[in-house]
Amino acid sequence: MFELITLQQYWWLLVSVLGALFVFMTFVQGGQTLLYTLAKTEDERDVLVNSLGRKWELTFSALVMFGGALFAAFPLFYAVSFGGAYYVWMAILFCFIIQAVSYEYRKKPNNVYGQRFYEILLYLNGTVGIFLIGVALATLYSGANFEVNDMNLSHWTTQTYGLEALLNPFNLAFGAMLVFLSRVQAGLYFLNSVDEITITSRVKKVVQYNFIPFLILFLYIFVTILFQTGYVYDSTTHIVTAESMKFLNTFLAHPSLLLIILAGIGSLLYGVYLGLIKEDSKAIWFTGLGTIVTVTILLFVLGIHNSVYYPSLADLQSSLSIENSSGSHYTLSVMSVVSLLVPIVLGYIVYIWRSMDATKITIDEVKSDSHHY
Amino acid sequence: MEHTDILVDYSRAQFALTALYHWIFVPLTLGLTFIIALMETIYYKTKDDKYKTITKFWMGLLAINFAIGLATGIIMEFEFGTNWSNYSWIVGDIFGAPLAIEGLMAFFMESTFFAVMFFGWDKVSKKAHLTSTWLVAIGSNLSALWILIANGWMQHPVGMSFNPDTARNEMENFWEVIFNPNAVSKFLHTISSGYVLASLFVISISAWYLLKKRDTAFAKKSIVIAASFGLISSILMLSTGDESAHQVALNQPMKLAAMEGLYKGEDRAGIVAFGLLESEKEIGDDKDPFKFMFEIPGALSFLGYHDINAFVPGIDDLVFGNKEHNILSVKEKMVIGKKAVTALTDYKKYKKDGDTIAMNEALKIFKANNHYMGYGYLKDPKDAVPNVALSFYSFHIMVGAGSWFLILFILILYFSMKNELASKIWLLRLGVITLPLGYVAQECGWIVAEAGRQPWAIQDLLPVGMATSNVAATSVMITFWLFAILFTTLLIAEIKIMLTQIKIGPEGH
Repeated sequence: MFELITLQQYWWLLVSVLGALFVFMTFVQGGQTLLYTLAKTEDERDVLVNSLGRKWELTFSALVMFGGALFAAFPLFYAVSFGGAYYVWMAILFCFIIQAVSYEYRKKPNNVYGQRFYEILLYLNGTVGIFLIGVALATLYSGANFEVNDMNLSHWTTQTYGLEALLNPFNLAFGAMLVFLSRVQAGLYFLNSVDEITITSRVKKVVQYNFIPFLILFLYIFVTILFQTGYVYDSTTHIVTAESMKFLNTFLAHPSLLLIILAGIGSLLYGVYLGLIKEDSKAIWFTGLGTIVTVTILLFVLGIHNSVYYPSLADLQSSLSIENSSGSHYTLSVMSVVSLLVPIVLGYIVYIWRSMDATKITIDEVKSDSHHY
Repeated sequence: MEHTDILVDYSRAQFALTALYHWIFVPLTLGLTFIIALMETIYYKTKDDKYKTITKFWMGLLAINFAIGLATGIIMEFEFGTNWSNYSWIVGDIFGAPLAIEGLMAFFMESTFFAVMFFGWDKVSKKAHLTSTWLVAIGSNLSALWILIANGWMQHPVGMSFNPDTARNEMENFWEVIFNPNAVSKFLHTISSGYVLASLFVISISAWYLLKKRDTAFAKKSIVIAASFGLISSILMLSTGDESAHQVALNQPMKLAAMEGLYKGEDRAGIVAFGLLESEKEIGDDKDPFKFMFEIPGALSFLGYHDINAFVPGIDDLVFGNKEHNILSVKEKMVIGKKAVTALTDYKKYKKDGDTIAMNEALKIFKANNHYMGYGYLKDPKDAVPNVALSFYSFHIMVGAGSWFLILFILILYFSMKNELASKIWLLRLGVITLPLGYVAQECGWIVAEAGRQPWAIQDLLPVGMATSNVAATSVMITFWLFAILFTTLLIAEIKIMLTQIKIGPEGH
């Protein structure tokens, strides 16, 4: 039906969108780090936790889905990166395991370790977890230490199994950027979700303090990506070569992508403006959409125009492109049919979200609800 | 690529640890979601607020269980990559698909409607709420469907072929993968066992209330729903268990032999109803494998092959071969497998050199031998035998316990109908203490399925020793202990919180 390369690009786009949706949904994690900044009383904190508590599973599912889609569509990446950058991925997993119980157990009587314990777990998930995901994503641009043999089996060339990525300033900046972004988005999300003036009046300051470092880091990262040396994969000779300003070239070859990403960045900034100046509850939608579009394009350019999306620092010829790492033609075709479910899933999520969030959450509502976190 | 044994052991241990922990929580979710959906349906139909209280109470307990189920579950998917990197490449083209579909079809459904189920009582209509509750139940069971399709495929790989150019198995027929008979029976057996466990859960807690003479109206209503659901599920569980055993006999004869401690194959093979294994017994010797045992004659032949006279091969037949019954020895299979492995390496080499003739020759040899490719990686024929004691005892505990559950459900329903349940103290006590047995049976089932198929990650094609990631054993050791500590920490909290909520009871909610 479709050419293999078309399916590979389609799946890279889907993976990019899923990654972007996850980054948008990390406002949950950002919110978890603000429980003691935005709330000063126990009741206020409960409102924040309950507001996030209705969304956290979606973020969690988006992460799992991102992993599942990578496994099905680009199994070599799954094998190389997860099996190699072992410590980093394990640390990320630990940060998400501890999140999953914390909402439910935080306020329950006899929870053994006390409420603060679970709040610390939520904080770790929101900071360390998001930071490390940022570092892992950054290695898609900055490269990683692996080798793939001619049976396509792989191994890592450093004994630090991924932790060495923490020595690269670009990776660190990427991780920090995601943390600040998640906190900006969290502030805007609370404007939309919470109807307690004492909380929302504190949002402005939080957004401000997190937005400035975010913007600086984002500009540094965006410019670095545009002007860095990238790598291209030749599908006939299977040889990987360096190309200076690879991603800038991609954008110039596809000006529409440049326009879309600029529009995305514009929307992100406009949302922040709405939040900061007007305390508008619609701010999150602009910033959220902007995040989704920007991240989608940033990930998408890694997979098109013959680009390598996971360069190997140990052996350039082991680098992964969508062409040398994907599932078979048959599997990608089957999965493409399955992917027609995506709009249905997104549709019911949006519908349910709207009907559940039709009225904002208040202290009184949390107190009167028989089941609350 | 050789792997040190310690790496393989720790990779397996870590996967077993995370799977066994995850499996404490999943079966309850699979069944309790349906029981709750049934309760809410009664509330919806009768508009009786008592049923709303009942629904909400069990929902509260579900949430506690669900949270830790998610926590332990996220790791499983990613562990295929982190710890079984070679596996992820060699079969990822088939195996990744059901996992991704699980995420798309099930996880979002569960997480979206879970929020409505818990927080939506006053936000959506009663009908929409009921629908959400049912969708949570369907979602969690859909998740089980896809993961068991994946697991069933590992036990009985179908619908694919090996591509020597990419050095991996590639999917050729999606429908064969989905409708793999092994996956179908595994799915039905697993979910019905989950329903049984959830029924035991509700019965155990309700029986405790009845013994304490508190919340009796609530407990009586709950127990009847649970026992009815449990009875129907038990029947489904036993019949699908039979089909599962039949599938094992057809595709994994070594597993069946280990499950029964059968060393010397025989016609009209019996099932050991109970017995104690001889620990000194070695493969191929003439010692009696049992210290003592009681056997039901012909039952294993019937269970495995639906024919009371059928020949059931024993471990010795499968290891050393049996000419009369056309069974190759493991040694012979290893020779075939090694031919495939060597031919694949040659093929790669000639392809690199551009020697087309030699390449095609190597390919021909490979194709003629690759059905036993996995044996080419084994070092000793005895490596093809799983841990017999573990398989045998797990299987027998599971079957014994499963049969008792059926009797328990019947007794409870009988005395409920006669309205004498509250006075039958002995039965209520049995109801309470059967719950731990339910959990033991669940874990045993998982052990039979997974330990019983060793050494295979993919039956006959890929042994676990070849499937792991190429990481240092110390790394896996570190994460193994971290998981053990973290999961135990969380489990302690979960149990404490659950017991406290049960003590508080439905009226406290």
